Amino acid sequence: MEYVLIIIGAIFVNNIVLAQFLGICPFLGVSNKVETALGMGAAVIFVITISSIVTYLIHYGILVPLHIDYMQTIVFILVIAALVQMVEIILKKVSPSLYQALGIFLPLITTNCAVLGLAILQIQKELSLLKSVVYSTSTAIGFALALVLFAGIREALELETVPKAMRGIPIALVTAGILAMAFIGFNGLV
Amino acid sequence: MSKLSILTRGLLRENPIFVLLLGMCPTLATTTSAINGMGMGAATMFVLTLSNMAISLVAPLIPSKVRIPSYVVIIAAFVTVVQLCMQAYLPSLYDALGVFIPLIVVNCIILGRAEAFASKNGVWSSALDGLGMGLGFTMSLTLLGCIREMLGSGAIFGWKFVAGDGILIFALAPGAFLTLGYMLVIFNKLTHKTK
Repeated sequence: MEYVLIIIGAIFVNNIVLAQFLGICPFLGVSNKVETALGMGAAVIFVITISSIVTYLIHYGILVPLHIDYMQTIVFILVIAALVQMVEIILKKVSPSLYQALGIFLPLITTNCAVLGLAILQIQKELSLLKSVVYSTSTAIGFALALVLFAGIREALELETVPKAMRGIPIALVTAGILAMAFIGFNGLV
Repeated sequence: MSKLSILTRGLLRENPIFVLLLGMCPTLATTTSAINGMGMGAATMFVLTLSNMAISLVAPLIPSKVRIPSYVVIIAAFVTVVQLCMQAYLPSLYDALGVFIPLIVVNCIILGRAEAFASKNGVWSSALDGLGMGLGFTMSLTLLGCIREMLGSGAIFGWKFVAGDGILIFALAPGAFLTLGYMLVIFNKLTHKTK
C-alpha cells in the first residue's frame, strides 16, 4: 500500500514537470511530436532509474562515511554525466535497436535538471533504497506522461491559427499552464 | 565591443529569460514571491560572475575535449559555496528555494555563457558579462515574482495592499506557466512594434 501511494503521488499529485518544475527544457524542447516525446520519455525513465540506484549507493556508501556530504552537488553531477556516457556506450554494444530508438536523446539528458534534481530529492526524503528507486522511476513515468500528453496537445495546436506574438514558446507555456491546472485536480488524492 | 555594452546587453537585448529563453526551471519554480525570485536571481548572478571569471582564467589551459566536464566542476564548486553560505546566513530563503539551489549547476545560462563568452574573452570582460547576464536574470525573476505575488496574494515584497486573499492559482504551479507565457506575449508584441 505504501508503495502504491508513493507511485500515485509521484506520477500524478507531485508531477515533476507540472507541479515541481523540473525538466522544463526537454518538456518545451522535444514536445512537438508524440513519437519523439515517447522516445525522450523512455530514455529519461531508463537513465533516472539507473542514476537513482547509483547516486543512492554513492551517497550512503562513500559520502556519508567520509563526512563529505557537502560535496553532494559536485559528485552527483559528475556521476550523472559519466553514467549517461556509459549507458550510451553499453547500449550501443548490447542492444543496437534500443540505441537506435533512444540514442539521440541520451546526450540531451545530462543537462536535464530532472535527473540531478531527483537524485538530490530522494536523498533529502531519506527513503530506503527500494523506495528511492520506486519513487524515482514513478516520477520519471510522470515526466514521460506529461511530455506525451503535452506533445499530443501541441500536435493538435499546429493546425490552429495562433496570433503572431503567441506563436512558439508563449502558446506552449499557456497550454502547459492549463495542463498544470488539470493536474491540480489530483491534489488530495493521496 | 565596449565594456558598457557587454554589461547592458544582458538586461534587455539579450535578456536570458525573455529573449534567449534559458533557465526556465528556476524561473518558473522560484518566482512564487518577489523576494524568492530576487534571491534565486542573486544566487545565480553570484555563481555566474565568479564562474565566468574562473573559466576565462583557466580556459587556455584546458584541452578542448574535456572542457565541458571541467567547466561543470568549476560551476559546481561555486554553487556549493553559495549553498553553504545561504544555509548559514539566510536559512529561510534556503528553505524556500530548496532543491533549486544545487540545481543552479544545470542552469543552462551559466554553462552557456562559459562556453560562448568566458572561454574566449579576458577576465574583466567575462566578469562584466556574467554580472550583466546575472542582472538581467535577477530583474526578470523579480518582475515575475512581483506579478505573481500581487495577483496571487495581493502583496508585494511581503507588504499586503489588498485585504483578504488574492487569486490563489497565480501562487500555484499553473500561475507560473500562465504568467511567463503572457509576459512573453507582451514582450514579443512590444519588440515587434519597435522593429
